[in-house]
Amino acid sequence: MEDSYTIMRVFAGTGGLLFMFLAFIGVVLFIFRPGSRKVHQDSANIPFRHDDKPARRQSGTDRDAHLTEARQ
Amino acid sequence: MLDYVKLLILGLVAVLAAIAASYARDMLYMVHMILVMVTASGLFLWQLRRTDEPVPAEVLETEYMDGPVRVGVILTAFWGVVGFLVGVWIAFQLAFPQLNFDWAQGYMNFGRLRPLHTSAVIFAFGGTGLLASSFYVVQRTSAARLWGGGLAWFVLWGYQFFILLAATSYILGGSQSREYAEPEWYIDLWLTVVWVAYLVLYMGTLIKRKEPHIYVANWFYLSFIVTVAMLHVVNNLAVPVSIFGSRSVSLMSGVQDAMTQWWYGHNAVGFFLTAGFLGMMYYFIPKQAERPVYSYKLSIIHFWALIFLYIWAGPHHLHYTALPDWASTLGMVFSIVLWMPSWGGMINGLMTLSGAWDKLRTDPVLRMMVTSVAFYGMSTFEGPMMSIRAVNSLSHYTDWTIGHVHSGALGWNGMITFGMLYYLVPKLWNRQALYSLRMVSWHYWLATIGIVLYAASMWVSGIMEGLMWREVDAQGFLVNSFADTVAAKFPMYVVRGLGGVLYLTGALIMVYNLWMTVRKGVARATTSAAAPAE
Repeated sequence: MEDSYTIMRVFAGTGGLLFMFLAFIGVVLFIFRPGSRKVHQDSANIPFRHDDKPARRQSGTDRDAHLTEARQ
Repeated sequence: MLDYVKLLILGLVAVLAAIAASYARDMLYMVHMILVMVTASGLFLWQLRRTDEPVPAEVLETEYMDGPVRVGVILTAFWGVVGFLVGVWIAFQLAFPQLNFDWAQGYMNFGRLRPLHTSAVIFAFGGTGLLASSFYVVQRTSAARLWGGGLAWFVLWGYQFFILLAATSYILGGSQSREYAEPEWYIDLWLTVVWVAYLVLYMGTLIKRKEPHIYVANWFYLSFIVTVAMLHVVNNLAVPVSIFGSRSVSLMSGVQDAMTQWWYGHNAVGFFLTAGFLGMMYYFIPKQAERPVYSYKLSIIHFWALIFLYIWAGPHHLHYTALPDWASTLGMVFSIVLWMPSWGGMINGLMTLSGAWDKLRTDPVLRMMVTSVAFYGMSTFEGPMMSIRAVNSLSHYTDWTIGHVHSGALGWNGMITFGMLYYLVPKLWNRQALYSLRMVSWHYWLATIGIVLYAASMWVSGIMEGLMWREVDAQGFLVNSFADTVAAKFPMYVVRGLGGVLYLTGALIMVYNLWMTVRKGVARATTSAAAPAE
């Protein structure tokens, strides 16, 4: 464990690996959190909202208007 | 005020480049410094004529900035044709070595043109396509104009200047011998400046977005920008021999150098040719199919899985070398695991069409995009398989590798970029439709048959080559000499060249079609006059 190569190598195979794996599992669990379906459906429709002009206001404020617009 | 700063910088650059050119230690460096000097002087004059002119009315934040996208689209089509042309040429140089003409020796032979081809298709065609499409997508999905005033122009033209420097250096023999990263140190520094500007531009636009959520295509584009910055800087760590010369020495040596090179090389595939183009896929396929992506959840998992896995796959390029066994096993295992996100992404792209499959019959542009995703699936199946050590012992250093790369590059990257161009040109030039859908169909079939010819001939050639190399007789002597394999590959090389001709022909048809769309297309009713389409 004396040289930096060995230290890095051991960390990569233990703590680093564990951290990355858990972080990834965390991301996946977060994606499937309850109530995420609505958010994701909304996000998936982003490309259909502002084809010609930038939005005047923050989308969040007049959100429902946009949604009805986008859903056609 | 800013105008004067620009003038000062341009003037200084021109003077310093002139000094550097006069002290130049080699011809390539001198040519490049003269190029820099001429460009900076030209820009100085151009800037001078604009300085202290009345400032045009404050650009309205109510319009998207599509100028750089339009120029980028034209340049993408141009570089595509150039890159494919050089590719076809060097394919025939391999089949018919007489095409390495004596009079062009040292400039136009295979060794000089090969990096020109790879860089022209990957960085000029693919890179400019990524720049243009990312400028378009980030604005539409953020509902905001590009940030930073003229920064987008700087990024676009700065990148083109990088391509110019890189291309001239390959012809004149400047190379630091790192695959897909051949340009020498000062070109690398310039690209770093441009790339940081690109990152700032992209982040700036995302920060002022009007949509609360960042659409997934932008995640992919952003990961492409960030990772390429990191890969580029680490892979090009080098000490110049002189600041007045083009040569440099890599900071690392031996197996570390090889590993750095392939860490870069494979992640260039992973983040330039995959993540960036997936950004295209996640925007243009839903738009062309007129329905949202199949599963947004899957797209997020696709993203994070790709990010967490791809970065480890590089060592599979160095099986059976001085690289430690654990590293090459690591690379192999992570390559295999990559099947999951790759196919998850492919399914997500294909299933976006569920309920709209009939559109494939009538819309050749959508057909092109879907085929590109299918090729993404095929080549990401083939790649992990080739990374398995036992398979690699047969496939490595053979034409199989070249076939694999091209089924990905021509099939996935090429086709999705063509689809993007077909989608964008009518939009950007305000046309109702493309000039001719029949021509798109022609392009589609020429390109597809071209890829099939290319990939099939390279499979045959590669596996034959691998088997010939390992064939030993009863005494344990090798049966074939290297030249035997070269002779045996001739028919496959001709077929490969013909496949390239078909692909190039398709691209030329596309250029004509896009040109006529802009020239002859019927204008769309202006958006201000039209009632909201919704």
